Amino acid sequence: MTEGYNFAYLDEQTKRMIRRALLKAVAIPGHQIPFGSREMPLPYGWGTGGIQVTAAVLGASDVLKVIDQGADDTTNAVSIRRFFAKTAGVRTTTHTAEATVIQTRHRIPERQLRDDQIIVYQVPMPEPLAKLEPSRTETRKMHALADYGAMYVKLYEDITRFGHVSISYDYPVMVNNRHLMSPSPIPAFDNPKLHMSAALQLFGAGREKRVYAIPPLTPVNSLDFEDHPFRATRAPHSCGLCGSDTSYLDEVVTDDRGGRLFCCSDTDYCEGRRQSATAE
Amino acid sequence: MSLDLPGFADPVADAHATFRAVLDALAHPGRVQLAGTGLRPPAPLMPATAALLLTLVDVETPLWLAPDFWPAREWIVFHTGASPIDDPARAAFAVAATLSDFEGFSAGTDEAPETSATPIVQIAGFGVGQRLRLSGPGVRGSATLHADGLPPDFPALWAANHALYPRGVDLVLVAGEALVALPRSVRVERA
Repeated sequence: MTEGYNFAYLDEQTKRMIRRALLKAVAIPGHQIPFGSREMPLPYGWGTGGIQVTAAVLGASDVLKVIDQGADDTTNAVSIRRFFAKTAGVRTTTHTAEATVIQTRHRIPERQLRDDQIIVYQVPMPEPLAKLEPSRTETRKMHALADYGAMYVKLYEDITRFGHVSISYDYPVMVNNRHLMSPSPIPAFDNPKLHMSAALQLFGAGREKRVYAIPPLTPVNSLDFEDHPFRATRAPHSCGLCGSDTSYLDEVVTDDRGGRLFCCSDTDYCEGRRQSATAE
Repeated sequence: MSLDLPGFADPVADAHATFRAVLDALAHPGRVQLAGTGLRPPAPLMPATAALLLTLVDVETPLWLAPDFWPAREWIVFHTGASPIDDPARAAFAVAATLSDFEGFSAGTDEAPETSATPIVQIAGFGVGQRLRLSGPGVRGSATLHADGLPPDFPALWAANHALYPRGVDLVLVAGEALVALPRSVRVERA
């Protein structure tokens, strides 16, 4: 652990402010709460909201995992993991099962999360209504009145135009049957994992200065219509590395002659499956 | 002089442990968590109440103390930097030993329900007394809470608070080093 910083980089006054916001966030599932987002030693858009939430939650005995689109080995994930190893001295891991705190950008691990785990999402745009109503003052009123008709109209227009809802990521959800919430840009495939999750889910948006939360065992429903139920989709292939036909897949270009590889986006899940296959 | 008594031995680690305890308690209504072990605050503050104040309260948070708690005022002001206020309606945090009703505290507004108060109420104990059935976010099916020292009509008082959702206060009950949190989202019935 590097000298000259407070534990986990943020000063205690800032942590207290974020912690108070997080407690209120847990008490009002899905409701966005403003907080005094600090300047962090990396640019907005690189997960400053998630990092501040993680810093407020993290303790010396925690084990931290950071993923970026499911992968533990991408620049963003590696640098955030290194940041906390340096400023908090915590143990880090790439194994979902070993982690107590998981910071994620745009994926939920394939392995089911437990009661003793906390997952922290990096959120670029916390306001689910932002594309329909640019004014913050208006969207706050819409949330206060639970006036979400505009979002249903958007979904309806999608169905009339394309025959289905054309949102493949950041698919809006209704939390605890009251608050419309952006699940962050996770694929719609991951939405069902938000529902009644055993783990506490915290969301941090640094640039937009908002935190929100889904407590464990909370109903989270993806918006849909009775005659057009929500359907989670994935590429119709099996993983080229581990053979999984249930996990979420990335499409990787392998050469300049049209070669393609579909493989698991969750690298830890994929490695685990390949290891147990070799062991047999 | 209550000022002789120390605060957290390790402010960073102890505040973190207390925060995680109350975060877990709020995320799992009815679950008993421990906080403030080893802390010796001035009477009538219980260890968990003192730990919560040291962890969450500072110069930015209006704090209201019930008159019973005035003897501990100096200690709280010295260790947290908060200045206690007279008007419970403006309080972000409040400490009381009895809870007759929530009406004195802010329930937040429709647009900013997060501005509501968090009363910390010291009671006699958990595991004995009134049996309450809890349900809602954070509870699988329903959970039972035994709490001794709540008013007999607590389920009705809580129902009025819950009916305001998403407005409403979030309650932390403390008995010694044990704490239980009731977020406004939870339903409470007599079991």
